[in-house]
Amino acid sequence: MTARLIALLLAPLVLAACSGRTPLDAHAADAPRAAAPAAKAPATTSFTPPAESTIPAGPYGDMVRLGREIFLHTRKAAPAYVGNGLNCVNCHLDAGRLADSAPLWGAYGMYPQYRKKNHHVNSYGERLQGCFMYSMNGKAPPLDDPVIVALETYSYWMAQGAPLGTKLEGAGYPSVPRPAKAPDYARGQSVFGRDCALCHGAQGQGQKVAGTYVFPPLWGPDSFNWGAGMHELDKAAAFIKANMPLSRGGMLSDQDAWDVAMFMDAHERPQDPRYHGDLAATRKAYHDTPMSLYGTRVNGRLLGARPAQ
Amino acid sequence: MRGRGWEGVVAGLWLALAWASPANAATAQTLVNRGNERGAPPCQSCHGADGRGQAAAGFPRLAGLDAGYLRRQLDDYAKGTRSNAVMQPIAQALSPDERDGVAMYYARLPVPVKAKVTKPADGPGADARGATLATRGRWSAQVPACEQCHGPGGVGVGANFPPLAGQPAAYIEAQLKAWQQGTRRNDPLGLMQHLSRALSAQDIAAVAQWFAAQSPVGRSVRK
Ligand code: HEC
Ligand code: HEC
Ligand code: HEC
Ligand code: HEC
Repeated sequence: MTARLIALLLAPLVLAACSGRTPLDAHAADAPRAAAPAAKAPATTSFTPPAESTIPAGPYGDMVRLGREIFLHTRKAAPAYVGNGLNCVNCHLDAGRLADSAPLWGAYGMYPQYRKKNHHVNSYGERLQGCFMYSMNGKAPPLDDPVIVALETYSYWMAQGAPLGTKLEGAGYPSVPRPAKAPDYARGQSVFGRDCALCHGAQGQGQKVAGTYVFPPLWGPDSFNWGAGMHELDKAAAFIKANMPLSRGGMLSDQDAWDVAMFMDAHERPQDPRYHGDLAATRKAYHDTPMSLYGTRVNGRLLGARPAQ
Repeated sequence: MRGRGWEGVVAGLWLALAWASPANAATAQTLVNRGNERGAPPCQSCHGADGRGQAAAGFPRLAGLDAGYLRRQLDDYAKGTRSNAVMQPIAQALSPDERDGVAMYYARLPVPVKAKVTKPADGPGADARGATLATRGRWSAQVPACEQCHGPGGVGVGANFPPLAGQPAAYIEAQLKAWQQGTRRNDPLGLMQHLSRALSAQDIAAVAQWFAAQSPVGRSVRK
């Protein structure tokens, strides 16, 4: 009873720290770990997020837990905003904690940030909205919606003690050097058959148990849409090289990672929500980069012309 | 699953046809009850007539496991990529047709409901360690949650990821140790050999007990 009362009294203080942040920064400055030399092995990092068991009791802790729940079971916990079979955790492993898997602790302190994707300064909340529109092929929750507030709170909790505005080692997906040979569909297909189909299925369709995906789909109607970061070859290669096959991250050669990324991203998926009837114009406006195959022809198929639905 | 639908139907038809052939049916049933003339003992003496296995002896359940998975294990015993003093000679005494038949026989048996589900014995500490490995993993050592490949509660996923739920703890332990020692090395992409090397003896005991205590017919245990 008393413990609970204390937690309730403390909660507003913890929340107040969100706007101020100074005490946490000061704490982080003490930690010399940020200066650790770059290691070759994946998943080494300069920052260790707090253990799940340290999420406090009380309303603040409840919001952190809700954020974690939404992150793990997005489709179930935020159905109004999700239009595919994915969950946030599918691309940000270990509940958004894993280094080299675009962890939340590496992202939180980097916003507000100018983004070329939409040509303005994005708050962290707006960044999360983008995840729902593209990676989750759904709708953006309003910024004050409990879904966004919970995800922000979960990220804030995870980033406590991390320096603000500093790109941490282990943040994002580590980019993979361009390989000697241009990414190739046929080579990618054989990498896929050898190293991916076991889990994601021969048609990239994923595998379900009792109606829920255990292995998420890589393309098709239940996967991320043509506007998602993962549809760009460099980002996909980076995610795949560091994290796939599950538990064997770092196993693929750079060439294999690019080839299989190209194979995956040369399949149809849900339409880019910014599409308004003209494929070439949509490519020009949003996908004018060799990293996107959208609106180009691969193996005789014009990608984006017959999006999966 | 969507794209896989037709493959499933074809496989199902094929199974039904194979099953309908009396020669195969008789062989599988006879094999299970009486063994064969080349020295294979009756499977039921260890795995049970209903395929539920024997927890005390560490004999695994076969009922309801995927036919493709079972067939491949018999081949792997015969080849020696999965070595075991009991099962290797038995698998070698089976013809390819007999392996098919018996794999289909057990795959079609209903998953036995456990009369009583045993609670992990080693106190709350061991339970938490097992539950954590099963549902969270240990990512600092590249170990995902077991559930991520073996399905919620370890019910198994498709032809490649066998169920762990309700398997005898002694059996689960023996397999993890066999991968550590390299006596079982038939796993695709070396997934189990790789991750079992990151586990300690205590980890193995705890996670084995956790899965042994799960219901084989499934219930979501994810938190
Ligand atoms: C299909 C894979 C996928 C899914 C699903 C996904 N993301 Fe992402 N996410 C990405 C990619 C790719 C990036 C871009 C990383 C980069 O640019 O380096 C990213 C970036 C982010 C970032 C910014 C990271 C940074 O370091 O700046 C955040 C925060 C984020 N995602 C949160 C979420 C949330 C919350 C969800 C669920 C609502 C989600 N993501 C679902 C793939 C995904
Ligand atoms: C052992 C099983 C396994 C293998 C093999 C595997 N994956 Fe995955 N993959 C997963 C799981 C499970 C997830 C979701 C991770 C999570 O939720 O923690 C995933 C997630 C993904 C995602 C992000 C989610 C999505 O559906 O878009 C991509 C992309 C991906 N894998 C690509 C690949 C590629 C390419 C390969 C082959 C090089 C591969 N995977 C091999 C199990 C596997
Ligand atoms: C003397 C007892 C005994 C008999 C008889 C026996 N088994 Fe086994 N079986 C075992 C043991 C013990 C194991 C576990 C071996 C190991 O650790 O690899 C096993 C494992 C298996 C497995 C692997 C299961 C898995 O989940 O991977 C299959 C398949 C199998 N047996 C099939 C058969 C068939 C078919 C027969 C009859 C032809 C048979 N067994 C007869 C004791 C027996
Ligand atoms: C990355 C995917 C993956 C993860 C994670 C995983 N497994 Fe496995 N496991 C497999 C595969 C694949 C097989 C089948 C091997 C074969 O075909 O011989 C398997 C088989 C097994 C078996 C043998 C079952 C039998 O019937 O013989 C046991 C026991 C097992 N795993 C335990 C675990 C435990 C415990 C964990 C968590 C610590 C775990 N696995 C995590 C992929 C995985």
